[in-house]
Amino acid sequence: MKAVSVEEAVARIPNGSTVMVGGFMGVGTPERLLDELVRQRKSELSIISNDAAFPGKGVGKLFDAALVSTLTTSHIGLNPNVQKQMMANQVAVNLVPQGTFVERIRAGGCGLGGVLTPTGVGTMVEEGKRRIEVDGKSFLLETALRSDFALIHAFLADYLGNLAYALTARNFNPVMAMAADTVIVTAENIVPVGVIAPDHVVTPAPLVDYLIANG
Amino acid sequence: MDAQSIIARRVARELRAGNLVNLGIGIPTLVANFVPSDLKVFFQSENGLIGTGPIPEQGMAHPHLTDAGGRPISALPGACVFDSAMSFGLIRGGHVDITVLGGLQVDAEGHLANWMIPGKMVPGMGGAMDLVTGAKRVIVAMQHAAKGKSKIVQKCALPLTSSRPVDLVVTDMAVIGFTAGRITLQETAPGVTIAEVMAVTEADLFIPANVPQMKI
Repeated sequence: MKAVSVEEAVARIPNGSTVMVGGFMGVGTPERLLDELVRQRKSELSIISNDAAFPGKGVGKLFDAALVSTLTTSHIGLNPNVQKQMMANQVAVNLVPQGTFVERIRAGGCGLGGVLTPTGVGTMVEEGKRRIEVDGKSFLLETALRSDFALIHAFLADYLGNLAYALTARNFNPVMAMAADTVIVTAENIVPVGVIAPDHVVTPAPLVDYLIANG
Repeated sequence: MDAQSIIARRVARELRAGNLVNLGIGIPTLVANFVPSDLKVFFQSENGLIGTGPIPEQGMAHPHLTDAGGRPISALPGACVFDSAMSFGLIRGGHVDITVLGGLQVDAEGHLANWMIPGKMVPGMGGAMDLVTGAKRVIVAMQHAAKGKSKIVQKCALPLTSSRPVDLVVTDMAVIGFTAGRITLQETAPGVTIAEVMAVTEADLFIPANVPQMKI
């Protein structure tokens, strides 16, 4: 783990990167990293995030600045900008059921090729996918998702990079921290090693590449 | 009583002590307001919490504690938090006893459509597909008709949420079930006649000899 400035961290993200962003409706999202992505005008991004949040909040800021070309997500219903950009073919939106979304990322982070899920069988979600029968039940083969970068927000980080989260701001963060080549974390509080008890560390330090303090 | 309160009050009567319950956004959220205070149920919010409590007082909202719509909530003593993989493991794995969801259409086979209107509105399915596929019991809470058009249809024209049929539909006019695979009028709302329900129901409803009035 290396402690860096938010400018330095974002400078490492090339245009056109695939970027996972933690958070659920903007809760548990590393806002400072998103603000800096907008400031440095990183463009043609492929974003993987649970939802499109709201205009002016969370990943919504990236759409306000028209920096996104592809979005893989489960819900865009509360961000009219994304709806508009999708209808105008400015953003390609891949809609994925939320449970499938998180399992595909989990698979990507855990070295699995994908998962078998009953969700989506017999619906539009099945189109173009393999249906596999196991013990008489139907499942869809959903392939793993990985990314170049994961932008993660934690409540606590220690000097090694061990992370703990707060309440519902945990959501997709620990799963995404497993599934990217480079993991960049903002933490609200940096604490000495040992302050986060081993039982309470959620994301182990070796997963974290760059840490931005007081995020 | 307004339509939403009728629906929410009736759905609340389906909850049993110890149930793990997931409430969708909209009318389903209101169900929590009508659960008797001595009935201990666990409410799950799919963004990673079991033990959701009431909306906090002005100024007491915590930025890291919201429902799945991003609105501030509180956590009851005994609440627990978890990541999204766990949250959907609970949902898909059959650990959620009851899910209450809104709907655009429900058809005679019990199929629900509630996540998009092609060409018009594409909010996305969020957690709805997993909830309908995985919860032990699926209850749809919605208005019986929208702009005079029945939402209880013979066959869903809108894209389905799941191939798994729902268990119960509660509207402002009726309770509809699917016992023995047949769409059945189980109850009528106070002051609503069977004929009035049938007049705004597109599906071929089975009407049993005895249709009691909804208790709310």
